[in-house]
This record gives sequence, C-alpha cells and structure tokens, in this order.
Amino acid sequence: MSDTHEETIRFVRDSMLPQQEPPATSTGVIGWGRKNLFSTPLNAVVTVLSLALIYYVLSGILPWVFQSVWVADSLAECREIFLERWGSTEGHACWAVINERWLQLLFGFYPSELYWRPILAFILLLVAVAPVLFPWASNKLLVVTAVFPFVMPWLLWGGTIWTPLLVAAGFAFLYFGPKHGSEAVGSLAAVIISVVAALIWWMFIVGPLSGLLSGIVPIGLEPVDSRNFGGFMLSILIGVVAIGCSLPIGVVLALGRQSDLLIVKAICVGFIEFIRGVPLITLLFVASTLLNIFMPPGTNFDIILRVMIMVTLFASAYMAEVIRGGLAALPKGQYEGADSLGLDYWQAQRLVIMPQALKISIPGIVSTFIGVFKDTTLVSIIGLLDPIGLTNSIRADAAWNGIYWELFAFIALLFFIFCFSMSRYSMYLERRLKTDHR
Amino acid sequence: MTTLTDPPKETFRLSMLIYDTRYRSITIQVVAMIGFMLFAAWLISNTAENLATLGKPIDFGFFSEPAGYDINQMLIEYQNQDTHLRAAFVGLLNTLLVAVLGCVTATVIGVLVGVLRLSPNWLIARIMTVYVEMFRNVPVLLWIVLAMAILIESLPAPSAFRGDEPEATMKLFGSVALTNRGVYVPEPLFSRSLGNMHLFGESGLRFDVSLDLIAFLLVLGLSIFAARKISARANAIQEDTGVRPKTWHINLGVIVLPTLILLVLLGFHLGYPELKGFNFQGGTHLRNSLIALWLALSLYTAAFIAEIVRGGIMAISAGQTEAAGALGLRPRRIMSLVVLPQALRVIIPPLISNYLNLTKNSSLAIAVGYMDITGTLGGITMNQTGRELECVLLLMLVYLCISLTISAVMNWYNNRVKLVER
Repeated sequence: MSDTHEETIRFVRDSMLPQQEPPATSTGVIGWGRKNLFSTPLNAVVTVLSLALIYYVLSGILPWVFQSVWVADSLAECREIFLERWGSTEGHACWAVINERWLQLLFGFYPSELYWRPILAFILLLVAVAPVLFPWASNKLLVVTAVFPFVMPWLLWGGTIWTPLLVAAGFAFLYFGPKHGSEAVGSLAAVIISVVAALIWWMFIVGPLSGLLSGIVPIGLEPVDSRNFGGFMLSILIGVVAIGCSLPIGVVLALGRQSDLLIVKAICVGFIEFIRGVPLITLLFVASTLLNIFMPPGTNFDIILRVMIMVTLFASAYMAEVIRGGLAALPKGQYEGADSLGLDYWQAQRLVIMPQALKISIPGIVSTFIGVFKDTTLVSIIGLLDPIGLTNSIRADAAWNGIYWELFAFIALLFFIFCFSMSRYSMYLERRLKTDHR
Repeated sequence: MTTLTDPPKETFRLSMLIYDTRYRSITIQVVAMIGFMLFAAWLISNTAENLATLGKPIDFGFFSEPAGYDINQMLIEYQNQDTHLRAAFVGLLNTLLVAVLGCVTATVIGVLVGVLRLSPNWLIARIMTVYVEMFRNVPVLLWIVLAMAILIESLPAPSAFRGDEPEATMKLFGSVALTNRGVYVPEPLFSRSLGNMHLFGESGLRFDVSLDLIAFLLVLGLSIFAARKISARANAIQEDTGVRPKTWHINLGVIVLPTLILLVLLGFHLGYPELKGFNFQGGTHLRNSLIALWLALSLYTAAFIAEIVRGGIMAISAGQTEAAGALGLRPRRIMSLVVLPQALRVIIPPLISNYLNLTKNSSLAIAVGYMDITGTLGGITMNQTGRELECVLLLMLVYLCISLTISAVMNWYNNRVKLVER
C-alpha cells in the first residue's frame, strides 16, 4: 500500500496556504460595479441609459447655475452681460434678482431696520424647540419654550409689552386656580371657576388694562402692520403656529373620536371628516371672506390671524386621524392593563396610552407637519405675500419682468431644506425611541 | 350576632351626576350637546345679523342669471350667456377631468418609480430616490406654477409653425402641435355618426352624450366579457384534463375584431389640427393650464404613490416569496399569485387616500387659470355676484360629496379584502 502511495503522490503540503486575495473583478470599484450596475445585460443597458439621462440633465442645469450673473440691476442688463460673456442669452441664470431681492423673499415688506425682530424670534424658536426635540438640550431651556408663545407675537407685531404680559398672567388663573381652590370648593368647581375667570380676564380686562398701563409706563416696540408680513417669515409663522396648535387639538379630537360618549364622538367625527373632505383652499376662502361674517358684528380681526385659525383647524383634523391610527394600533392589553392598575381615564391616557400611541404615529405626525408647512404656500391665492405670492410682485417690477426660474429655484431650495430636514429628524426620532428589540 | 341587612336604598343625589360613573357620561354628553348647540346658534345668529346689515340674505337665485364670462377649456357646450349653474357644472366636469387624468398618470408613474426604487441597479434606485425626495419636499403649488411657466416660456408660439422653413414642426408625424397656447392633438371623428343623446332637456345641467362612444364602450365591454368566458372555459378544461387549450389568439380576435368592425361602420377617422391664420384649427385643444396642472399633480402625487408601492412590496416578507418558490411557482406567478395580492391589501387604502388628495389639490387650478369648480363657482361667480357665503358653502359641499364618495369606495374595498381573523 505504502509503496503505491509513494508513487502516486509526489508532494503533500503540510502547512496551510495563506488566504488568497479575492479576484480583482469582485472587489473594489470594479466588483461593486459588476454587482450593482452590470449584474445582468438588462441592468447594464439600464445603467448606460441612466448615465445618459444624468449627463443630459446635468449638462442642462450646471452651466445654467454656474455660468451666471450675480450683480446686475435688471433682467435686460443680465442679458447684455450674458451676450457679452457667452454669446447667447439662453441657458444662463440671472442670480442678480436673488442677490437684490433675497431679503424681500425672506421677510416680505417688513421694515428693514426692524429685521432683527423676526431674526431674534426665529433664533428664540430654535432655542424653544431644542429641549422638546433633542435629548442633549438642557431642560432649563424649557423656560424659553414656555415664554416663547407670548414673546413671538410681541416681537413680530410689536406694540406695548403689557398685552403679552397680561395675557400670560391669565394663565396664572388656570395654573393656580385648580391647585389652591380645590380644597375650598371641590376640584371640578375649582377648574370651572378658574377657566371662567381666565376667559373673563382675557376678554374684558386685558385690553383696557394694557391700554392703561402703557399709558403710565410706555414700554414697547414699534408696531408693524400685518400687511407688511410676507416671504418665508410668513410661511414659517403660519406653519409654526399651525403645527404647534394642531398637535394638542388633534390629540383631543382623536380621543373624542375613540371615546364611548356618542355625542362627543359624533361631533368629533363630523368635524374631522368635514375638514378632511374639503380642500384647504376653500377653508382659506372662508378665512378671507366668511370668517368676519360668522363673528359678532363689528369684529374685524387680522387676515393673518384668520388664516392661522383655518390652517390650524385643517392641520388638527389630519393630526387627529394620524393619532387615531396610533391609538388603534395599540394592543387592547395596554388599555386593560392601565385600567387594572386603577388609573383613571386621564391618568391612563397620560401615562400609558399617549406615550405609546404618539410614538407609533411619529412618521405620520411629521409628514403632516411637512404637509402643513408646504400648504402654507396656498395663502398666496388669497392675496397674502408668501414666497410664491412675492414672485408675482417681483415680476411686476419692470426691471425683473419675465424672470421665473431663478425665483422658483430659490424658493424650491429653501422649502426643500426645511422639509427634508424635518423628514430626516423624524427618522432619527424613530430610531431613538425604538424600544423593542428586533 | 349580626344580622344580614339589606343594602341601603339608593337615593339619587345631584352630585351623582358628576361623581358616579354610571351617570357621568350622560352629564358630559348633555353638556357637550348644549355647548355645541349654543356655539352653532351663536354662529348662525351672528351670520344672520351680519347678512342683514349687508343687505344680502341667503339667496340662490343668482344661479339662474347669465354668467357672462368665458371658460376656455370645457367638456360640454357653454357660452358666456349661459347661467352660473351651467358654469359651475362645466367647472365640476373640469375638476373631474383633471382628477381622473391625474390619478391614472400618477398611478402609472408611481408604480414604475416605486418598483424601480427597489431595483438591484444602484444607479437607477438612486435616481428614483432623488425624484421622490425632490417632489415630496417642495410644495405642489410651486410645481404647478413652474410647469405652467415652462410650458409658456419654452414652447414655440403658433406663428413659429408658419412659413416654408418653420422654426417649429408638429410632432408625431405631423399630428400633434406643441405650442405655448396649448397642445393640439387629433380628435376622433365619425363620418356616419349615430348622433348625440340629449340629457336633462334645456336646463343648466343639459348634457350631450355621444352615442358613438356608448356603442364603442358597449361593444368593447361585451368583447371583454366574452374573452373572459373563453378563459374561464380554458381554466375548466385545464382542471379536468391538465392540458390548457391555446386561447390567446381567440381572445385577441374576440376583443379586437368587433370593435374594429364597429369603428369602420361608424366611419372613424382622425381630425388633424391645422394652422389657419394665427392659430391652429381642428383637433382637440388642450390648454396649457390643463397640461400644467395635470403634469404637476401627477408627478407630485406619483412621488407619494411610489413610496406607498415600495412600502407595500417591502411589507411582504421574503419568506412568502421563498415559500412560493419552494412550491415550484415561477417568478411571474409568484408575483401575481402570492406577492401582489398581499401587497395590494397594504397599498390600496393609502393609494385611494392619495387619489383623494390629488382631487383636492386640483383646486389649485385657480393659480394657473384652469377653470375647475374652484375657478368658476369659487372664483369668477363669487366675485361677480358677491355671494360669498352661498358660493363657498356650495363649493365645500361639492368637494365633500366627491371625498365621501371616494371614501365609501375605499371602505367597501377594505371590507372586501379584510383578513378574516379569529
């Protein structure tokens, strides 16, 4: 046996070979390309076609963006420069219009010496939302969050400082009333009394009192008329108010829709389905033409406020449906578990149901936010000067008559930045709040 | 020794309305009802008072007055001497037109993009991602006005088609003219037409239905029905004998031949647009406003539909595909028998709610001057007659009806495909 072996096997390796490099065609750029771009003949064709498409699009856009004029006084001057430099007027962007009018696109006709006020309000907004959005932000910043709703209108519209202070004071009734009054008259009565007191305070006392106080101690900012609001400031303002108010209203509506109380449920369902069934533009028509008819004779409140109210109602109905989805997705055991712990309805909602339901509905909530922010452009149709409305008024200027693409590109870019970052944030939040181990 | 006593007789006290859970729900509902009624009454009384001061009580009489304005794109006959009711009806049909066109196009593009986003080809998947993010994160109104600007600014004027060496030529073998005044496409004409059917007499809702179209649809429907019967018979034969008879050529003949014969009998031909004077004559004229709205709404909604389709396909676990493969199904049958039926259950409800959004977004037509119902009833009619309350409420009612109809269809479908659970 052993003899034959010696004859047939001349060489036996007694040590492991080192691992060989994978073939060059399956690693690095080539390997990646073979796997992802040219895996089948069809894929190869698709890849080539896509490359052609990308080349076609970029060869149109890139020269337009970069072979452009930044400094000029009118479109005609831009075209002269185009002709001089590149020999044709087509295919070059005239960014001079953005250079000249970007402040207007951001702030509308807000007085330019007062730009610090909307800028400060925006910075405060970022500070105010930071503790809500990010865990690393200090909780002490919540003070800013609490103060912000009163400071923002004052900064933007100006006027005496006493009005926001007194309005804020009204919330003291709501806070301290139930806390200290419940021993005296019972908890329910205390709540009712403090709500009524706060309402009376806001409706009848704040106005005259702030007039009186500002007569004595005139501290205030120069008032700015709503007519001058415009541009992205207006979009962000309407968007932030609608987003901020629609979440709590949406939660209440969703709870109402899920409740066993027949009449409450009917009212909520009716409201939600009505609002969701009509386009936002009809609600804006209501804001611009009908809301004053619905109010007591003589009331005439600001168009921006009216628009905010209608956009908020619109957003709340959508928010309610999103949150209802979250509530419905919770297993029934969570409700029963909360009941068996002896929690009452509001405790159960606050401690068990809502934290989970809201977490489930984060993607929906954020996409509603994005939708609302995008829909604020519709106010241009009822004549407010949001960015799209401003493009028309810029074009009405003889110097910039006939300019489209540069303005649209600028507006689209800003909206894209806002909306895209919101959707990325929602993904981050989903990852952060993920508690199940899958 | 204690004796068992009866529990104390319950007497009703007023505080039980609040603290007893048996009665509390009734209390809350009564309070809510009273509050709601008070609020409604307050609104109505305010409105009545304001309308009385303005001197215009609610009155729908303006509907029978002549509208006095022109509508440039219409499906039914309309002159500016027709009533406001007629104008609103034209607008409603225009809304439905752009909604249906948009839904069909958006579905086709959306499904394509959604599937391509899952493509193993890295490049095409990225391109589709860029498309989806670009359209989802920019307001639809901007897309609409942008599409309108592109059409007006970049297409040639009708005069460019004139002369011996025109700057622009008609596309598709000289049948379609793309101009900055709109797109002219060939129109179907019948030389031996059956005529029209007049509905609703001479009222504002009068309506002509082409009998040719009805005949065409009828014959097509019957042919498809017959083709289905043939396929069903083939299935039965396959069940019995295991051999499937060849049916595709019979099916093709059954569907194509009768319709072809009908078209020849009716004398079907196309009427091509021709440049006469300053403008094109003949053919069907699609206004730029319609095209811009259609294009922008479709592309915008398609981005959302693409995400829904992608989500739906990804929701089907790989185990389903593998199990179907293990049963010996071929890839096409796996798709049609296993993956799609399950994915559709996930896809259809949000898809329909996107159709609803598209229909509601079509009200932005007013930004480009397409005369849909918002442009007629909520636009010119409202401004001319000054009847804001009536017009806006009616407008809302119309949209509400459309939405509720679509929702009803969705609920019906949801109930039909609902998983039967324990």
